[in-house]
Amino acid sequence: MSERVVELEVLRYNPETDSEPHFQRYSVACREEWVVLDALNQVKENLDATLSYRWSCHMAVCGSCGMMINGEPKLACKSFLRNYDGVIRVEPLAHFPIERDLVTVIDDFMAKLARVRPYLIPKQEKPVSEGEYRQTPAELNKFKRYSMCINCMLCYAACPEYGLIPRYIGPAAIALAHRYNQDSRDGGRDLRQEEIAATEGAWECSFVGACSEVCPEHVDPAGAIQQVKIKSTVDWYTEHLMPWLKK
Amino acid sequence: MAEEVSRKPYVREMTYRWIFRHPRYLRYMAREFSCLFIGAWTLMMVWGLKQLAEGRASWEAFLEMLRSPWSIAFQCLALGFSLYHTVTWFNLTPKALPVQVGESFLPDAVIAGAHYAVWAVLSLVLLKLAGAY
Repeated sequence: MSERVVELEVLRYNPETDSEPHFQRYSVACREEWVVLDALNQVKENLDATLSYRWSCHMAVCGSCGMMINGEPKLACKSFLRNYDGVIRVEPLAHFPIERDLVTVIDDFMAKLARVRPYLIPKQEKPVSEGEYRQTPAELNKFKRYSMCINCMLCYAACPEYGLIPRYIGPAAIALAHRYNQDSRDGGRDLRQEEIAATEGAWECSFVGACSEVCPEHVDPAGAIQQVKIKSTVDWYTEHLMPWLKK
Repeated sequence: MAEEVSRKPYVREMTYRWIFRHPRYLRYMAREFSCLFIGAWTLMMVWGLKQLAEGRASWEAFLEMLRSPWSIAFQCLALGFSLYHTVTWFNLTPKALPVQVGESFLPDAVIAGAHYAVWAVLSLVLLKLAGAY
C-alpha cells in the first residue's frame, strides 16, 4: 500500500487563548486511499491531540464532518486525498461562528430546522389499528430526492445569501419543508408556508445554485426553493384573484 | 466533575471575496450583471419610441445614433449578456418546473428544450410581424 506525506493546513481557534483563528501546518503520513478525515484522525492520534473537529460515521451518512477543504464545503469523509495536490487547507464550515478549531456553532441551523416542522403532520390522525398510511411509488418519488438530506450544512456554507443575510432560513430547511409539503400523507403545508413562503424563506434566495452543487446527497435544495416560490406565487394569486377556490 | 469550558464563538466577517471563492459565484454574478445591459437596452428602445413619436427628423437622428461605433459596441455587449442571461436561466428551468409522468420525471433536456422551442417560435413570430421575411 503506497503512502505519501500530506501537508495539512488547519485553521485553529482556541476560545480560551486566541483572539482570532490562525493556520497550523501538519505533515501527515497518509495512505493513498485515505480521505481528509483519516488525515485529521492521524493528526489527532499521533501529532496533536488538541485538534477539535466533529465526525461520526465515516461513510457520508451522519453529516457531522462538513468543513471547508481548499475553500469548498465538503464532507471530510468523502474527500479523497488522492484528489488533492500540494497543501490541503482545512477550515470550519463558512458562514457559521467557530466554536473551536473545526467545530462550528450550529444553533442557528437547528433552530431554523425546527421552525419548518420537518416531520409528517398527518391530514387526519388515525389509530394504529386502522393500519399504515399507504403511498404509491409515484407519490414517493415526488419527494424522495428531498428526503435524502443528512443535515450536513454544506449548502449553508456554499450559500452567499445565507452568509450575507443570516436571517434567511436557508437551503436545507426549505428543502426539507418542501419534502413534507410534497408528501401525499402530509397535511401540514399551511403551517410550513408561514416560514418558507415569507421574505426570510424562499424569497431571500436569488438562485445562485451553489447549494445543489455542493450537496453530497444530490438533494437539489435550489430546485426545491424555486418550486416553493412557484407554489407560493400560485397561492397568492389563488387567494387574491380567485378566493372562491380557497376554502 | 469536568471543568467548565468557557465559550467565545468567533464570527468571521463576510467580505466581497466570496465572489472569487469558486467560478460558480463569478458565473452567478455575470448572470445578475446581465440585467443591467438588458435594462439599458430596453431604455434605449423606449427612448427610440419617444423619438419616433416626435417625428421623422428625431427618428432619423435616433437611427443615426444607433449606427455609431459606440452604440454598435454597446448593442453587441447587450446581445452577448442577454444571450448569457437567457441560456443560463433556461438551463435552470428543469429545477424549478419538474414534470412528473407516472413514477419518473421528464428529462431535464425536455423541459429546457421546450423553453428554447417557445423562444424560437416567438422570435420567428416577432420577426414576421416586423416584416423581416
